[in-house]
Amino acid sequence: MSATERATSSARRTHFVEALLANRVALFSGILLLAIVLSAVLATVITGDDAFLIRPRQRLRPPGAEFWFGTDALGRDVFALVLHGGRISLLVGLLAALAGATVGTAIGLLTGYFRWLDPIVMRVMDGVMAIPGILFAVALVSLVGPSLVTIVAAITFAEIPRVTRLVRSVVLSVREESYVRAAEGLGIPPLLVLVRHILPSCIAPLIVQTTYMFAAAILSEAVLGFLGVGFPPDLPSWGNVLAEGRAVFQRAPWTIIAPGLFLAVTVMAVNLLGDGLRDRLDPRLSRAAKVSS
Amino acid sequence: MTAFEPILRIENLSVALPAGLDRSHAVQALSLDVHRRQIVCVVGESGSGKSVTASAVMRLLPEKVLRITGGAIRLEGEDIAAASPSRLCELRGNRMAMIFQEPLTALNPVMRVGDQIAEVLRIHRPKMAWDQVNPCVIELMADVHLPDPERLAKAYPHQLSGGQRQRVMIAMALALEPALIIADEPTTALDVTTQAQILRLFRELLTKHDSGVLMITHDFGVVADVADHVVVMRQGEVVECGAPDKVLTAPEHPYTRALIEAVPRFRYRAEPEADKQPVLSVEDLSLTYRNTSFLGAKRETKALDAVSFRLAPGETLGVVGESGSGKTSLAKTLLRFEKPDSGRILFRGRDVAGLSGAGLREMRRHIQMVFQDPYKSLNPRRRIGQSLIEGPIQHGVPRIRAVDRAGELMELVGLRRDALDRFPHEFSGGQRQRICIARALAMEPSVIVADEAVSALDVSVQAQVLRLFEDLQKRLGFAMIFVTHDLRVASNICDRIAVMQRGRIIEIGASRRVFEQPEAAYTRELLAAVPGFAREAAGG
Repeated sequence: MSATERATSSARRTHFVEALLANRVALFSGILLLAIVLSAVLATVITGDDAFLIRPRQRLRPPGAEFWFGTDALGRDVFALVLHGGRISLLVGLLAALAGATVGTAIGLLTGYFRWLDPIVMRVMDGVMAIPGILFAVALVSLVGPSLVTIVAAITFAEIPRVTRLVRSVVLSVREESYVRAAEGLGIPPLLVLVRHILPSCIAPLIVQTTYMFAAAILSEAVLGFLGVGFPPDLPSWGNVLAEGRAVFQRAPWTIIAPGLFLAVTVMAVNLLGDGLRDRLDPRLSRAAKVSS
Repeated sequence: MTAFEPILRIENLSVALPAGLDRSHAVQALSLDVHRRQIVCVVGESGSGKSVTASAVMRLLPEKVLRITGGAIRLEGEDIAAASPSRLCELRGNRMAMIFQEPLTALNPVMRVGDQIAEVLRIHRPKMAWDQVNPCVIELMADVHLPDPERLAKAYPHQLSGGQRQRVMIAMALALEPALIIADEPTTALDVTTQAQILRLFRELLTKHDSGVLMITHDFGVVADVADHVVVMRQGEVVECGAPDKVLTAPEHPYTRALIEAVPRFRYRAEPEADKQPVLSVEDLSLTYRNTSFLGAKRETKALDAVSFRLAPGETLGVVGESGSGKTSLAKTLLRFEKPDSGRILFRGRDVAGLSGAGLREMRRHIQMVFQDPYKSLNPRRRIGQSLIEGPIQHGVPRIRAVDRAGELMELVGLRRDALDRFPHEFSGGQRQRICIARALAMEPSVIVADEAVSALDVSVQAQVLRLFEDLQKRLGFAMIFVTHDLRVASNICDRIAVMQRGRIIEIGASRRVFEQPEAAYTRELLAAVPGFAREAAGG
């Protein structure tokens, strides 16, 4: 029925941004996320260097006009801490997501295309998936010491197998398309075939997966901070602000509620945005998800 | 109801398309009748509205996109357009049933076929006793001439051949003895020999069950073989209808005439000159697919079994046979998408069967392929120009020269130069196939392998693309291996024909000799199954 096909394909071609605007939830989470990112980027402009200022006489003040989110056990302004903490948390999330996507995609493309690599690499990936991510991160950080690079690397490592599997599965189906065959038939070298003809088909699911990784990485960093193996306490992140608040939680719950709320809202916003993108970029997946739920 | 009242009467049916397309109606003012024991064929090219008509009768149209805006559809006197959803459920299956084109996807892959037929009975005949269902299923399967019905009832769809699956579909459609059977291209996905059997089956069952058939097809050969009444459609409108004898032999409308004209007939090229140095010669080529099952049992399928032939420069060799005969495996192996187990592929005297890496890529520019499905063989994300210059640039042609050449090629295949800036989805199937040919020609190959290159196209487009191949070959002098299941197409374009069966070439020779004095029994069988062959042979 070519007439119907034509009609649906023209509907599918409507602009990406337009559709995102139509999805209110995704739009709302996008705005929320933007606000959080801006607050982190402009942290110094908004609060000065307050985050690092210790005021021994104003310890554990409840939220009020002077300190919006109260102060912590050292008398630091929790509002400033949370905004500054967002910098580290978001940066770690972004770097880990990008690194995971890049490395995972490269491995996935190669294993999907060169079949002799497949059994070797995929067994290694199965092995990696069997290691609990947090345990590995704790081990790595205690061995090498906490720095941005080690923490990002530790978080990325656990995420790679998932991206690899995703990309590999796309490659496995796309490599059978006759336009890929045609390119091979023209004598195009394998790496170029991969980048030009196969990679573009992976982009849509990859964007979606990257948003999920972003959220997962923020959480992982928070867990590391909470366990005391994240960034040193003088470099605030949502995780170690939470960790320090734990001791005084019963007397001053705001020290935990404020960073916890930022963390939860950010992760939720990123996930909802990812869902919106998925519905847009991969209609097949979203329908399957609706049926199964 | 009298015997003269039609089973199906469509009066003035119009189905609207959404705004913004090239025409306002998918079907416009269509009227037709299907009587008992009658096969009515609706013929037309893609986009003619024939499938929409079939779906409208079943009320299977996606109502948000395609609305019935006028007319009536009466099934045994009852207006279907006004029927309630629950009444429709009763009608579907009981009074009308549909048979789809693709028998593999229309069956549930994880359910035994006997159970699938039984399910239809259990849903629509709840009063039927449970112990009666099975004998009934077996009887239905015997009716459609499935061999050993008791055993086959326990098989899963993937264990059956395409023809057997289509028979199961027909058995399901017949289970409730519907008055009307709608068949949408029921034999298009099947081999010619199987097609002939299925068409005979339709005729036989019609008489037995006293029902009528509305058959949608694009193939005038099918029409000639089975139709009692023909309706020719173009762009949603009926251009001509009547008895097949009249429509086929003395068409009134110019469009019908053009369509019939375009149906490939047996027609032979001049005999080729002999004794040229072959550009490609294949010696004892063998290819085996090996499957190791979960439990370690090995299964071997011989796709190519000691295949040998020679191809002279400028010559066209047709490779014909049923599906599974190894035609496509041969094409893939020549292109070296598959590595043969043994044998030699000599290209200008050099064996390319064992090449890999850079040597293989260098060889590939000389042997190019045109694929079957023009919708899948162009990268949808790249502009035509990008696709066209990719190969030449890879082989060291300067970019400016490659772009220039791409423009020339566009004109050579009958498209405009500005097509280079556009994307594949902006072109029709025939235009895309022209682009694919241009892409192959851009490499200035000595051999072109065309794998069912015109099979997915409408007949009129098919004729144009065949003419293009012939014309280009005359001008550029490449040799061609033309893989097809359609013997008529093969006779039009090939100098010599190789008939394949189970991985072997069982007969090879000049086209006229092979088709007019076939030596192998299998070749004769293939020829007899060509739709409309009997008529053509009788009429000359």
